[in-house]
Amino acid sequence: MNPYDEFDLEAGLDAAIAAAAEPDVPAPPPWRETRVVGKPLPRIDAYERVSGTAVYASDVILAGMLHAAVLRCPHAHARVTRVDATRARRMPGVRAVLTPDSPGADIPWYGGQKGPLSRLLDRHCRFQGEEVAAVAADTPYQAHDALAAITVEYEVLPFAVSIDAALDKNATPVLDGPGNRAGDPRVVERGDIASGFAAADVVVEETYSTATEIHVPIELHGCVAKWDGPSLTVWDSLQGVFPAQATLARALGLPIARVRVIGPYMGGGFGAKLDTGKYAVIAALLARETGRPVRLFMTREDTITSIGNRPGVKSTVKIGATRDGTLTAIEFRCIGSGGAYSAGGTGGVDWQPLDLYRCPNVRTVSENVFMNAGPERPFRAPGHPQGAWALEQALDTLASRLNMDPVALRLQNFTEVSQARPGQPRYSTTGLRECLTEGARTFGWDDARKAGQRGALTASARGAERGGAVRGGAERHAAERRGVGMAAGMWRGGAGGPPSTIIVRLLADGSANLNMGASDLGTGTKTVMAMVVAEELGVPLERISVEHADTGTTQYTGPSGGSKTVPTEAPAVRAAALAVKRELLALAGAQLQVDPATLSIEQGAIVGAGEGGPRLKVTEVQALRRRGVLVGVGIREPDTHGLAVNPFGAHFAEVSVNTRTGEVRVLRYVAAQESGRVMNLLTYRNQVVGAVTQGAGLALTEERVLDEVHRGRVLTRNLYEYKVPTALDVPPAPECVAIDPHDEVCNTAGAKGLGEPALIPSAAAIANAVADAIGVHIVDSPITPARVLEALARRS
Amino acid sequence: MASSHDSDHKCACAGGLSRRGFLTSVGTGAIGAVATAHMASAATADAPVETIDAGAHVTVALLVNGTTHRLAVEPRWSLLFVLRERLGLTGAKAGCERGECGACTVLVDGETRYACMTLAVEAEGHEITTIEGLMHGEELGPVQRAFVEHDAMQCGYCTPGQVMAVEGLLRTTPSPTLDQIREGVSGNLCRCGTYAHIFQAAERAAELKRG
Repeated sequence: MNPYDEFDLEAGLDAAIAAAAEPDVPAPPPWRETRVVGKPLPRIDAYERVSGTAVYASDVILAGMLHAAVLRCPHAHARVTRVDATRARRMPGVRAVLTPDSPGADIPWYGGQKGPLSRLLDRHCRFQGEEVAAVAADTPYQAHDALAAITVEYEVLPFAVSIDAALDKNATPVLDGPGNRAGDPRVVERGDIASGFAAADVVVEETYSTATEIHVPIELHGCVAKWDGPSLTVWDSLQGVFPAQATLARALGLPIARVRVIGPYMGGGFGAKLDTGKYAVIAALLARETGRPVRLFMTREDTITSIGNRPGVKSTVKIGATRDGTLTAIEFRCIGSGGAYSAGGTGGVDWQPLDLYRCPNVRTVSENVFMNAGPERPFRAPGHPQGAWALEQALDTLASRLNMDPVALRLQNFTEVSQARPGQPRYSTTGLRECLTEGARTFGWDDARKAGQRGALTASARGAERGGAVRGGAERHAAERRGVGMAAGMWRGGAGGPPSTIIVRLLADGSANLNMGASDLGTGTKTVMAMVVAEELGVPLERISVEHADTGTTQYTGPSGGSKTVPTEAPAVRAAALAVKRELLALAGAQLQVDPATLSIEQGAIVGAGEGGPRLKVTEVQALRRRGVLVGVGIREPDTHGLAVNPFGAHFAEVSVNTRTGEVRVLRYVAAQESGRVMNLLTYRNQVVGAVTQGAGLALTEERVLDEVHRGRVLTRNLYEYKVPTALDVPPAPECVAIDPHDEVCNTAGAKGLGEPALIPSAAAIANAVADAIGVHIVDSPITPARVLEALARRS
Repeated sequence: MASSHDSDHKCACAGGLSRRGFLTSVGTGAIGAVATAHMASAATADAPVETIDAGAHVTVALLVNGTTHRLAVEPRWSLLFVLRERLGLTGAKAGCERGECGACTVLVDGETRYACMTLAVEAEGHEITTIEGLMHGEELGPVQRAFVEHDAMQCGYCTPGQVMAVEGLLRTTPSPTLDQIREGVSGNLCRCGTYAHIFQAAERAAELKRG
């Protein structure tokens, strides 16, 4: 199951087309001036996060709790012929064992068009790491001992762990077949590329590839499951508690109302935690069998094989342009594999070529292949960085062929229209032009690009070197080549939209409580939403509490993902706060015997118009004191503007490349982003910094490696082999330029999503800087020292 | 995290520590590996070896955040497991259980150490400090305050480990350069990617600690 399937990135736009019913209360006008929103405020839960008091799912310890562990298939493709757990069941501390013969093992899993593709514990294992058996024991050590005592016999089957192998005519089908193509290619076409290329003065064509990436949230995937008779409570590390509630209810045949999922703190997701996984169903089955709470957290190795990934994609880009840089045609073909059960190998890859630049003639073909590897899961801007990696490098080559500045080439093809959408609506706003120009200005792009400086380090980069973790003297410098590069990008989502229901409560002492279903992935959602309440009700942040991400106490919303959380939740929070405000002012007006329309809230008091007007402290409103609470409910209404809502960005990087060792270091970085209103400048910058780090990982270090020759296994099953960027691998002080175009129509908060768009151009910007440094593009990610040296050898 | 900058230091742990303990307590990555080789060769020379039956429980006295806890442990239990599951100190996090991510970083005799790669029995006789031990009652310590100020976190899961890495760094290097800060936290992965903010927080924490 791909959680993105059930989750609409463009809810706002679609809802607009559906012409939603007019809400009872008209939408509030956008904020003109703000008192709280936009400020760089520390997050409201920072104390919990730095003190160690935040309780993550993995920190939940219940009386009598057992610890579970899962036995997984070690083969890329195999059939389980025998499972013998006799010895394991007799081991000290072991309380329950699940095998493919146990009740519940046949729960359907991995949905396909014609029904489930597999089962919870399926004898047919189509990738290394599929679940075969599970144990619950008194300690995790005993659980792992017991796993080792389970005898499993496998019939090892032929496997395919590369696209080429999967498409070989003799390949064994991963699913039912025939062959391993996951449906027909997705073809999108506008205009006529043949005439477009005929009109071009220059045509470039190149093939690029990105490696498969693993999400690697630092909190592992897992949960604690506890039954109270017919009711199940699960503490899970998730981006959304409501999808998990539905998944568990469906899997276990329970009413949704009997499943409670709790997850207020979660240790990173990046798409991998949009929904729960098999682990939670297994934990629930073990808990039911033993009558005790069960904790099941996956091992790091198992998350790498089994939870999900960003599929590696191979893309061929052909672009034509006239001499002034006007694009005449783009042809884009890509192929990727979503692994064993997902047809989503190239989902989202075609969006950059289809929508980012003005071009009348575009054709994209996206192909998907099944293979015997872990299924993909959405990973921060699914498909988009892969597409940008190819398109933005090709544009760089085009700029060079046209003898044109790369920024100028992109400005030449700027558009205010979403060409990929039906009817080609305008964007509500696009800050791409400002991202390009302001980003370039902040970076000092023109100076950095000046001929004669290339190959040497710029003054600012030398400064960064001195401050950075760089060693080596003149000898090293002699081998260093410096380069600058840039890239742009946009995110297909970022509009937000229904559903979300929010409750804001004003309490008798004038403090407030925000009740929100959404998870805070660390993006600062809680803080930003509390700021919206503070803005509308004049309650200081320190007098606002937030409860969230608990299906038992908060209201339905989608998972936090797709960079839709702020544009989804903020309008609903604002509506809830305004509902409270309306009631408060009505009650105050009755008490003061004035028209509520003349009243406003200022610093904890309700004040009338004009000097000497009535003034009443919020705590003096008699009805509030009597009732103890005023409750406001806010619903995320559909947007009705009919426009496309998208965030944009342009990134600039300076790198040094050691031509002897092939080592690449990112010295300087400027990321200009336009995501509508900046809700909190501090957490905004942090999102961008984090995206740049992940982009550096895509560009330079991250690659899941499969043994294509011998056994089909994952060769990068730990964090030594699978290299997530460390503090030594990132630019020391990336700068964030926040472009705010004052979007007054996208939604009632004026904000679009940020987390994903900030990642999209980053790897390509680094790749272009490397090409600038060494004079040749490295077309395959990651840009390892070996690839740099090979490229240099080829060039000379 | 322990890496090249403290390779010149003697390990603060007394005899009885296995070679494995040394190998696994040192930081991650290539830089850590250099230090590892150096320290391991020094460690094996005169370390007495004590063998404990794997199935048996042994009693240890662990000095954690100034309080001595006497408890029965299996010899194979990690310090991280005992801190979290037996003492309820869940500030140190599990992220890999094999010394790769740094989420479990604690101080042992003032030096950063991966609790997941330290056996509880090894930790006896040493002063263990966890994130909870940096608090003064409900008050945050200076490193924690600096992390709040500079928003040096996102999801927060690696944060206790990052705080301990900075704390350990500042105890040996009160005025670190950016270079030293980057190396000091290079054994602590932050997948949200907030390193640049962590560097700022570390600089600010050094100021706060200097007063």
